[in-house]
Amino acid sequence: MRTTALVALHVFRDSVRDKVLYSIVAFAVVLMGVSYLIGQLTAGEDLKIIKDLGLAAMSLMGLFIAVFIGIGLIAREIDRRSIYAVLAKPVRRHELLLGKYLGLVGTLFVNLSVMALAYYVVLAYIGTTLSPAALKAAPAPPTDPRLMLAVLMIALELSLVTAVALFWSTFSSSALLSAGFTVALYIAGQFGADLKNFEHVVESPAAGIVGRALYYVLPNFAAFDIKTEVVHALPLPAGYLAMTALYAIVYIAALLVASVMIFARRDFK
Amino acid sequence: MGIAAGVVAIAVLLTTVVGLQMDRERRFPQAEPAQQILYVNSPAVLTRLALSYDALVADLYWIRAIQYYGGTRLSEQGDKSYALLFPLLDLTTSLDPNFNIAYEFGAFFLSEKKPGGPGQSALAIKLLEKGLVARPDRWQYPYDIGFVHYRDGNYKVAAEWFLRAAKTSGARKEGERADMWLEPLAANTLATGGDTRSSRVMYEHLLTSEATWLREDAARRLKKLDAIDRIAELERLTREYERRFGDPPPTWEHLIQVGLLPGIPLDPEGHPYVLNPWWGDVTVSDDSPVWPLPTENPA
Repeated sequence: MRTTALVALHVFRDSVRDKVLYSIVAFAVVLMGVSYLIGQLTAGEDLKIIKDLGLAAMSLMGLFIAVFIGIGLIAREIDRRSIYAVLAKPVRRHELLLGKYLGLVGTLFVNLSVMALAYYVVLAYIGTTLSPAALKAAPAPPTDPRLMLAVLMIALELSLVTAVALFWSTFSSSALLSAGFTVALYIAGQFGADLKNFEHVVESPAAGIVGRALYYVLPNFAAFDIKTEVVHALPLPAGYLAMTALYAIVYIAALLVASVMIFARRDFK
Repeated sequence: MGIAAGVVAIAVLLTTVVGLQMDRERRFPQAEPAQQILYVNSPAVLTRLALSYDALVADLYWIRAIQYYGGTRLSEQGDKSYALLFPLLDLTTSLDPNFNIAYEFGAFFLSEKKPGGPGQSALAIKLLEKGLVARPDRWQYPYDIGFVHYRDGNYKVAAEWFLRAAKTSGARKEGERADMWLEPLAANTLATGGDTRSSRVMYEHLLTSEATWLREDAARRLKKLDAIDRIAELERLTREYERRFGDPPPTWEHLIQVGLLPGIPLDPEGHPYVLNPWWGDVTVSDDSPVWPLPTENPA
C-alpha cells in the first residue's frame, strides 16, 4: 500500500514537472476571455453559455491529460528501459500499475478542483454583471452548487478514460496505438444509444444482438454527461447519479484487474 | 543571439507579415465572400459528431444564428431570404433541446414580417412546437405560438394557444402563476377577433377564481363584452330606423320617439352610448370605464 502511494506521489510530481498543471492557467484565461466576448456575441443566455463552456473545457482538458499521459505511464517506462530499474526495486508489478493509475487520477482531481474553483470565481463575477431580471429568468443561480455534480461526473468519466488508457498501455508497446485505441473507445462509448437500438436499423437479428452486446460491454461514456441537465437545472435523480458512479467504479476495477493481469505476465525483453 | 535580439527579430518579422497582408489586400481586393453555407445540416448527424459537447456546439450554432440574422437584417443588399435561419435554429435546438432562448428568440426572428424580416410564421410555429415536445411544462412556448398567430390576425387560434399555455404545469407554478393572466388574455383575444360568446364563457369561468383581482378583472371585461353585444343590438335598431326613414337617426331621442327604444341607452357603467348621426354606428363614451372596447384597441 505504501509503495503504491509512493508511486502515485511520484507520478503526481512528474506531472507537475511536465507542466500538466499549466492547463489550469489555460482554462482560466480561456474562460475569462470568452466571458467578455460572449456578451458581445449573444442575445442573452450569457450565463448558460459560460456554464457550458466551463464544463466542456474542464472535460476536454481532462480528456487530453487522461489520454496522452495515461498511455505514457507504462509505455514511456518501457520505451526508456527505466522499467528494469523500477522493477529491480522492491516494487511489485501491480503496485507499480496501481500507483501509476492513482497518481494520474490524483493529478486529474487536483486539476479539476482548481479549475472548478476558477470556474466559480468567473461565474460569480458574471453574476454581478447581470441585471436582476436576467438573474430571475435564469433557471439556476450563477454559482449553482449543482454544477459540482457535473464536475464530479467529469471526474469519474476521466478516471474511467485513464483506466482505459492504462489498460491499452499495458497491452501495446506503441504509444500512438494506445492513444488511438483509447480515443476510439471513448468515441464508441458516446454512441451507446445507437448501439442499443442497432437492431432497429439492421435487418439481421445477429447484427442487432452484436450491437446490443457491444452496448453493454463497451464503457458507456455518454452516461456521465449530465452537463445539460445541470446547466438547465433539470431534475437529476440521486439514484441515477449513484448508479453511474457505481458503474464507473466497477468498470475501473475490471480494467485495473485486467491491466494487472496483463502487466504481470508481460515480458520486457 | 541574445534574447532581446530574438524578440526584436520576431517583432520585426511579424510586423512585416501584417504589412504584407494589408498591402496585398489593398492591391488585390478580395472578392465578395462566398454565400454562407451549412456544412452539416442534419441535426441527427451533428448531435453524434458533437459527442458529449452537444451543449457547447449548440451555443456555437446559436451565436452563429444570431450573427446570421443580424447580418442579414442589417445588410443593404444581397439575399434577404434568411434561408439558413431555420436550419441553424433547428440544429441549435436539436443539440440542446432545452435551449429556451433559441426557441423563443428564434421564433420571434422567424416570424418577423417581410420585407425586413423572414416572414416565416409557419417555421416559427414549427420551432416552438418542437420546444413544446421537449418541455411540455413550459407555458412560454404555447404562449409564443399564440403570439405568432395573433400577429398574423388569427385571433381564434391565438386564443386557443393562450388557453393551452395557461393549462401547462409551468403556468400554475407558485410564484409565477402565469395562468392568472393567460386565461384573461385568451378571452380578450377572442373578443378582439369578434367571438364574444367564447370570450364570455372564459370570463365567466374566471369569475369563480380564488384571486380577487382576477375576479374583478373578469367582471370588468364581462362588462366590456356586454357593451359590445349591446352595441350590436343598438346598431340593428339604427339600421331599422334608416330602413324606415331613409337616414340614420340623428339622436337617441329619434329612436325613442318612433318606439324603437324605451329610453337613452346606457352602457354597463351607466354612461350613455355614443351615436354617430352620419353613419348610425354606435360606440361607448371615452369617459366610460368600459372604454376602450377590445375591438377598438386590437393592439
